[in-house]
Amino acid sequence: MTGHVDGNVLAGPLSELFRFDVTTASARCVSCGDVATLACAMVYVEPASLIVRCRNCDDVLMVVVQEPDLVCIELRGMAWLQVPR
Amino acid sequence: MTDTDKPSVWKVGVVAETRTETASGRSIVLDVPGWGGNIAGQHADVRLTAPDGYTAVRSYSVASAGSGDRVQLAVDRLPTGEVSPYLVDDLIVGDQLEIRGPLGGWFVWRPEIDGIEQTGPVQLIGGGSGIVPLVAMIRSHAASDSTAPFKLLYSVRTPDDAFFRSELAEPSRGLDVTWAYTRRAPDGWARPAGRLTRADLEARTFPANLSPAVFVCGPTGFVETVANSLVELGHDPARIKTERFGGQ
Ligand SMILES: Cc1cc2nc3c(=O)[nH]c(=O)nc-3n(C[C@H](O)[C@H](O)[C@H](O)COP(=O)(O)OP(=O)(O)OC[C@H]3O[C@@H](n4cnc5c(N)ncnc54)[C@H](O)[C@@H]3O)c2cc1C
Ligand SMILES: [Zn+2]
Repeated sequence: MTGHVDGNVLAGPLSELFRFDVTTASARCVSCGDVATLACAMVYVEPASLIVRCRNCDDVLMVVVQEPDLVCIELRGMAWLQVPR
Repeated sequence: MTDTDKPSVWKVGVVAETRTETASGRSIVLDVPGWGGNIAGQHADVRLTAPDGYTAVRSYSVASAGSGDRVQLAVDRLPTGEVSPYLVDDLIVGDQLEIRGPLGGWFVWRPEIDGIEQTGPVQLIGGGSGIVPLVAMIRSHAASDSTAPFKLLYSVRTPDDAFFRSELAEPSRGLDVTWAYTRRAPDGWARPAGRLTRADLEARTFPANLSPAVFVCGPTGFVETVANSLVELGHDPARIKTERFGGQ
């Protein structure tokens, strides 16, 4: 798919993994230190995965791999994730 | 809430009503047992399953707001798309549709937060089908008799491409609606057809010094151009919420 959407689209896929709405959580980018609400990240939708990139430096924050029988998230690009409660 | 009512769980909706909105789009009302209402601005995921088990999931904003299990979506057809042509052309009343939600707690407007009425100005800016979550906010504003000043700037290709046209032609109290046409304007329209410019935004939206909450939604290119112009006009980026629908 050409183009991208944003972190709002993660709400459904990540609701399978987390109890809270992850799109309102903030994350810190390992590469550039930018802190942003996940809803503000750039998301590239691939057939079996969602590539989440930093809005500031475009490095990968997170990858969500969706297979018929599992969901896997790779979080290498985040220093931390902070959730409002 | 029972386990099967959770937003993350796929539910089966039944199409109660469809309405042609534009040449390429229509709205769809679903009855979704377990939906349980939504905040204005939230979306749903819709899942289609082919006979061979292949599935396609897409997100659609919810045009309705408030309590209950009735959900209204509005979908624009992308001619080469996998999911939208089915939703716009094929789905009929009585059909079932897999849906999960309500989803997303960021691109939302609430009439009240912790019992305190939200009275600050709100600027909505939509392009094409990007009007859908903004219409939910407008309906929530009207239903709650909110005193927050609301402004909508709605950009469409031609007058025939407007979703919810008759509803927006008679704005509720406290709502101001401004139209912009990118390809063809109605006869006698003062502003020539063309994409929204920074000057348009400056002339037709709440100024930055009022610190409005701003919601921008539509095709990705539209959203990014508008949001960048708003920042140039002095709006605090933290006050601008965006939702990108995709495309260029
Ligand atoms: C949070 C969220 C809410 C959304 N809400 C709505 C909504 O209320 N109404 C609605 O109609 N759509 C909405 N969308 C877009 C919707 O999810 C689909 O992307 C759209 O219907 C196209 O799906 P498709 O399967 O028909 O096309 P696909 O097969 O996915 O794509 C076909 C081609 O069109 C391109 N494309 C994708 N989106 C667009 C676009 N917007 N404009 C131009 N080209 C595009 C793609 O890059 C691709 O090349 C929303 C998207 C998100 C992320
Ligand atoms: Zn970064």
